[in-house]
Amino acid sequence: MKDQIRAFITAEMIRDAKYPLKDDEPLITGGLIDSFSLVELALFIEKTFGIHLDDVDLTAENMDTLGQIVAFVEAKQ
Amino acid sequence: MSQVQPVSAHPSAETLLDRARWLSRERPDAPAVTLVSHDGDHTLTYADLLAESARYAYALEQAGVQPGDLVVLVLQHGEAVLFGFWGSMLLGAVPSIFPFLTEKLDPERYFDSVQKLVEHSGVKVVITYAELEPALREVLGACTTPPTILTTEQLQPGGDIQVYLARNPARPDDTAFLQHSSGSTGLQKGIMLSHRSVLNQVRSYSAAIHLTPDDVVVSWLPLYHDMGLIAGFVMPIMEGIPLVMMSPFHWVRDPAILLHAIARYGGTLCWLPNFAYNFLATRVRDADLEAVDLSSWRAVINCSEPVHAESHRAFLERFAGRGITQESLMTCYAMAENTFAVTQSRIGQPVRLDVVERAALMERRQAVPTDSDVPSMTIVSCGWPIEGCALRIVDDQRQDLPERHVGEIALKSTSMLSGYYHRPDATAEVMADGWYFTGDMGYLADGELFITGRKKDLIIIGGKNIYPQDIESLVNAIKGVHAGRVVAFGVYNERLGTEDMAVIAEVDVEDAEARAEISREIRASVTQNVDVVCRYVHLVDHMWLIKTSSGKIARRANRAKFLEEVLGQPEEA
Repeated sequence: MKDQIRAFITAEMIRDAKYPLKDDEPLITGGLIDSFSLVELALFIEKTFGIHLDDVDLTAENMDTLGQIVAFVEAKQ
Repeated sequence: MSQVQPVSAHPSAETLLDRARWLSRERPDAPAVTLVSHDGDHTLTYADLLAESARYAYALEQAGVQPGDLVVLVLQHGEAVLFGFWGSMLLGAVPSIFPFLTEKLDPERYFDSVQKLVEHSGVKVVITYAELEPALREVLGACTTPPTILTTEQLQPGGDIQVYLARNPARPDDTAFLQHSSGSTGLQKGIMLSHRSVLNQVRSYSAAIHLTPDDVVVSWLPLYHDMGLIAGFVMPIMEGIPLVMMSPFHWVRDPAILLHAIARYGGTLCWLPNFAYNFLATRVRDADLEAVDLSSWRAVINCSEPVHAESHRAFLERFAGRGITQESLMTCYAMAENTFAVTQSRIGQPVRLDVVERAALMERRQAVPTDSDVPSMTIVSCGWPIEGCALRIVDDQRQDLPERHVGEIALKSTSMLSGYYHRPDATAEVMADGWYFTGDMGYLADGELFITGRKKDLIIIGGKNIYPQDIESLVNAIKGVHAGRVVAFGVYNERLGTEDMAVIAEVDVEDAEARAEISREIRASVTQNVDVVCRYVHLVDHMWLIKTSSGKIARRANRAKFLEEVLGQPEEA
């Protein structure tokens, strides 16, 4: 799951598939993805992992790093 | 559309307060604003809105606010900012809405920018929340004359709206409120708008969009931006038209709420920046669209960033089955310096697309229509000047250019700014003989305005204006970057319908990990200071960047080099 999400973020959002994205690298506060991209990421996660994310879930608190996202999605599954 | 008398049938109003008196007398129980939030919808009548505003006026008066004093609102999208805005105006004071702190911005830098505004503009009172009060008190203490800080939590009941309405603290040429010229550099440039200008804008623009009492405005737009403040707040209130609003932070995470609000309230009018067409077309789940009827939506007005025909097409394709038609997709050209709208496409008519020869436009700056196979570009019309607004297209010497020649757009209107607050120098730069020189480039054809670009480099991302020099100076400050060897520019992203930010910086180090660290710092600094993302951060060796003969970094030449060498795309429009 982590690699799938990482691949989506680097290819679609950072636009650099070779970007060495670390598990604990801040995505939102680090300036890698913006609020507009957050919805896109959420829709990808919903489709790929069959869960539903509410808009209130889409915060830096839940989704600022790849590690947080994976933990959050796993908890929802 | 029903044949109802257009609104704006109140030519006697000379100030916004005259209209408030009328609303209080004639429409007290009519719905004024419905706020859509996670806690459900909450509707305020005009009586509610005015009574609560009186409470704010009372607190401001207790704090010593006099007519003409500046009141800055550091508040999130919600009721408090509406009350603070009208409460200030009830006293004849001048409200100004400041963008609120977001989770991305660095709080220290943010408070510093509030401090700069307060210091420069001589702000009398700042209204904010209790939670921000300690931090604000600390930074604002450094001001020559520290302002009073009021928190929404400490406001006591008090203030009788009828007492305030009976006063006449403002004259038609007094400043009603300040708008901010967008872009981070522009934050210190408050645009003064008189009651007369605002009312003229409301009247002319209402006529241009055929506003009727049957209309319902729906908006997710921020109120610190002219499109949100005027089209999405002041105009519907002044015209007594129901307004349904939601926070931009809520909407960006759940774009379907806009469509649900339109369906639920029979929304007829909505203003969107171009990116929002792509965003709505692609970021709403099918499941969230079930049984959503958008047929009440008579005009979706594209404004505040360059309009792309492709974005309209994507929007229409997604929502045609929900009642959206080609004729409902409108365009508008607007700026805070003209209160809001300058031009508007004709309601009920498809927007004109002008297909012109690419080479003639790029090389001779002429818009030559073509239907042959020569390389062409499609420019979307922004419509005709609204009533009371005249346009000219001028060359670098501010001499008039003929039809279909590209030049700077200048305007003279009945709804213009009185000037920049405390900035006669900045005012003199852009105004001459009653004309305002917009810095936007375009041409006129058969009375219609077509926008082709900007005179100065400006990046527009999601409707937000960003000056490249602000980004460059942030990047310059980062360790490892060659000072002065940085360039920032926008690259149009067709999928998103807006620009992506690109930064190129020369660095000395060659080690991949060291470079990655510099990239991270660049991205973090830009997002924490300006609240936008750098989609491309491209680090290059020394001497990669092209300089002009005068030794300056040439933004456009470097942009072209980046597009060709790095993205492998030729220069687009």
